[in-house]
Amino acid sequence: MKLKQLESLLGGLQQFPNPKMELEQYPTGPHIASRMLYTAENSFGDVSGKVVADFGCGCGTLGLAAALLDAEHVIGLDIDSQSLEIASLNAEDLELDIDLVQCDIRNLGWRGQTVNTVVMNPPFGTRKKGADMDFLFVALKIASQAVYSLHKTTTRDHVKRIASRDFSASSAEVLCELRFDVPQLYKFHKKREVDIAVDLWRFVPQRNH
Amino acid sequence: MLSCNIKGVTNGFPLRIEAEKVVEKQVDFNADFLKNMFPKIEWKALVAAAKSMGYTDLPDQAESSMIDSEEFLKKFHHALLQLHLEEGALICPETGRRFPVNKGIPNMLLHEDEV
Repeated sequence: MKLKQLESLLGGLQQFPNPKMELEQYPTGPHIASRMLYTAENSFGDVSGKVVADFGCGCGTLGLAAALLDAEHVIGLDIDSQSLEIASLNAEDLELDIDLVQCDIRNLGWRGQTVNTVVMNPPFGTRKKGADMDFLFVALKIASQAVYSLHKTTTRDHVKRIASRDFSASSAEVLCELRFDVPQLYKFHKKREVDIAVDLWRFVPQRNH
Repeated sequence: MLSCNIKGVTNGFPLRIEAEKVVEKQVDFNADFLKNMFPKIEWKALVAAAKSMGYTDLPDQAESSMIDSEEFLKKFHHALLQLHLEEGALICPETGRRFPVNKGIPNMLLHEDEV
């Protein structure tokens, strides 16, 4: 599938009608989502034929992108039932199969090494401090092959240090820096649109964990 | 692969299945994928899960030589990828706590006192 086609399909997905501020809900735009998964597959072979989990899947954008790029099995996890319902509808619209689980990522009990790749656009931790690293911690425990994640560029050194030193990632690489537009979703946003510099990371979990 | 993570529970896997509505999906057969997954699966748990959902064709025990048999792989494929719990519950083997499943989505959220 061509990148433009992927981006276009993702652009047609339904998103949060009433995003919940306390969960830092906002859509992962089709531009970023398509590039993220395209890179994961074409540069690293982490998607096609693999089991992919989307942590904090929201309306399912990243997970569905993985399915469109021929992931063998996709699992979407999110704490919010309304988002999961939308994710379910989106999957139906695209005639794709994705397993959904409602859970708090910090309390997720997961057994075995069945997930190859985790893709995620986790909360940045602006509402619930440390949420971004909570997600990364669990992702590195569960993924057997790779974790793709978005984190604010301002946290780059922090993320690298924690991932390598505390979470024992065997590698932590910034693949590229992106600009994320967070449209004015919440009333307290003063500007119409805010551009946030965001790093796309690829982490490799500790070997034989 | 989900297990129960309530505070204090030491063995929250495998979750038992209470099946109210099971749906059979059509998933393309991919032998390589199945052969790759086989060593990662706890076979007994899969057999028990499949039985709870009404599928009893899986052999109780399996060893890696069996993955050369297409017949075996087809059964494995069916149990692993095509059986889908639409309504019912997942139950912690240690505490009996029920995690409801609605419209195919299990709700694994813990209460405050369980964390």
